[in-house]
Amino acid sequence: MKNLHPQTLRLIALAIVLVGTVLFFSSQIDNYFTPRMLNRIATSVAVILPIAIGQAMVVMTRNIDLSVGSIVGIVAYIVGDYLGTHAGLHPALALTMALALGALCGSINGLLVSYGRVPSIIVTLGTLALFRTFLVEYSGARTITTTSLPTWLVDLPQQTLFSIGPIEFRTIVVMALVAAAIFWMALSRLRMARKIYAVGSNPDAAVIAGINAPRVVFASFVLSGALAGLAGFIFLAKFGNITVVAGLGFELKSVAAVVVGGVNIFGGSGSIVGVLLGTVLVDTIDNSLTRWAVVSEFWRDALLGMLIMTAVTADTFMSRSFGRMKSKVALEKTDANGVGAKKQ
Amino acid sequence: MNRSSSILSKLGTWEGLLLLILVVTISVNAAIVPQFLTLQNQINLFQLSVEKIIVALAMTFIIINAEIDLSVASVMGLAACAFAVLVQAGVPAGLAILLCLALGAVAGGVNAFFIAYVGIPSLVVTLAMLIGFRGFARVLLEDQGISGFPDWFNALGRDAFIGPFPLSIVTFVVLFVLAAIVLHRTGFGRTVFVIGNNAEVARFSGINVPRVKAILFIASGVVSALAGLFYAARLASVRGDAANGFELDIITMVLLGGVSVFGGRGTITGVLFSILIVLNLRNGMALMNITGHIQTAVIGILLIMSVLGPNLIESARSYKKSRAAA
Repeated sequence: MKNLHPQTLRLIALAIVLVGTVLFFSSQIDNYFTPRMLNRIATSVAVILPIAIGQAMVVMTRNIDLSVGSIVGIVAYIVGDYLGTHAGLHPALALTMALALGALCGSINGLLVSYGRVPSIIVTLGTLALFRTFLVEYSGARTITTTSLPTWLVDLPQQTLFSIGPIEFRTIVVMALVAAAIFWMALSRLRMARKIYAVGSNPDAAVIAGINAPRVVFASFVLSGALAGLAGFIFLAKFGNITVVAGLGFELKSVAAVVVGGVNIFGGSGSIVGVLLGTVLVDTIDNSLTRWAVVSEFWRDALLGMLIMTAVTADTFMSRSFGRMKSKVALEKTDANGVGAKKQ
Repeated sequence: MNRSSSILSKLGTWEGLLLLILVVTISVNAAIVPQFLTLQNQINLFQLSVEKIIVALAMTFIIINAEIDLSVASVMGLAACAFAVLVQAGVPAGLAILLCLALGAVAGGVNAFFIAYVGIPSLVVTLAMLIGFRGFARVLLEDQGISGFPDWFNALGRDAFIGPFPLSIVTFVVLFVLAAIVLHRTGFGRTVFVIGNNAEVARFSGINVPRVKAILFIASGVVSALAGLFYAARLASVRGDAANGFELDIITMVLLGGVSVFGGRGTITGVLFSILIVLNLRNGMALMNITGHIQTAVIGILLIMSVLGPNLIESARSYKKSRAAA
């Protein structure tokens, strides 16, 4: 136990909570362990997971991106609108378009935060409203419907890429998981990505170490936008009918998943595995509550709020006691060397 | 000579700039829309946003204290919903009002506990409570709307109370004067600034930092609940999404007023000017038949510009300086 890194400990705790949650709901809801329920949770994770990964990177650099929900809406609507008139567009190009649109929105945030030196909470509160207004004006109160979309897109959410036993892996779920895997490897292996941690844990030290901190922050916002674009694409495929309220409130859900997933809100630490577990936990609770007869589904937000507070409070106490443990160990070591004689 | 230079130096400050924008906004509105400057329209434009500007006063203290309260709109909604449920259950409206104000204090107290005593950043706590308190409001009302409050209660939101002014506007004026005195003329106000500038220094100089923060967040909860009740009275009905999303407008008003988002800096006069600018802008645009969404976008741009503008000016100045030095 003592040799485990606190981050690993936290992941194990989170996994235990997740298993406990699933067991609890399976005892409460009949036919809980069905492929259908699993698919429901998996497809809603598929939408939130990319946003949560992007949000995690932004939070790791000590910022926040509240505009992701509006970006999801813009991308889902514009790509859907374009496919309605250009049904022959290659799926890969449609996906690229979604990523590029998202990245464009993200770069506006990034420019203002990194180079305009406006705090991210102000910028993204502003663009949350601006992007949504753009969507309302662009749409002219029209709705995208499944009938206008090409069949490959409408069929995508039902499409199974492969299955292990009775568990089917839907294509859109695999897309989100692949994105998670890419960013998990990048954040733990690539030097470029490690700069995100460096900037988040100590911006001044990062600059002295020769890291171009504004550029790292800019990049994190662009990536967050692009991932919100991916989520917008998955959202479009999953629902088919897109109105101007698409993606409303996703910023809160993504921040919730990130915070529950153990990303430090002061920046500098967090892992994609944690974000994945956090997203799955939030979505499991969300989807299970609608099926749970004991409380009405109106309890969802109230419970979600309490869950976030519990996670953050537990995190605060855990990191504090770890900090104490570490300084105690350090003191004992100096004592052994006869240096720290001051300590009684 | 002396006098004109002092006026010029005043114009160079943030408040001066805001005053200039305000005058321009009002003149343009008055020139385009003939009925703009009538007393009734001015009362209307206040009345339509009076709940937000009341909360903005509490938010000023919190942001100067280097914190933020994102949960205000949810507390407004929660108080309004709780009031509706209590009245429907047969509780006298007067008692229900007191209970809802107490509920606001409890909500603020929850925020205060986690922020001041557990030490979790206010951004996280109040974001969670934005979801949580709104969730409880929805639990109370589910998907129904409640109306049928006593007539005297609905009248509070609409009818003239003193002269032509309804109670909500009178309350705002009273709270504004109170806020101005407390923030700029009392020891407590100074501690709010000191903590906002540097909480460590404040602690070492003997200020009870957690207590000050707790007072501010509880006050914010009570004021938000009060504003939520005014909202219920003005609309004469309540739904679970009452006051949803108001936090954006409220925070915009405070930051546009020159209050630093990093704390320690700001004046209540600046906030008053920015409130007047936002209200007049929205009212003018509404009279020109510009939709609510565009109005929100314009406010969003103003919010970003209010920080970006000074930053760009400062960059230009330091660039000039470095060129001059070279």
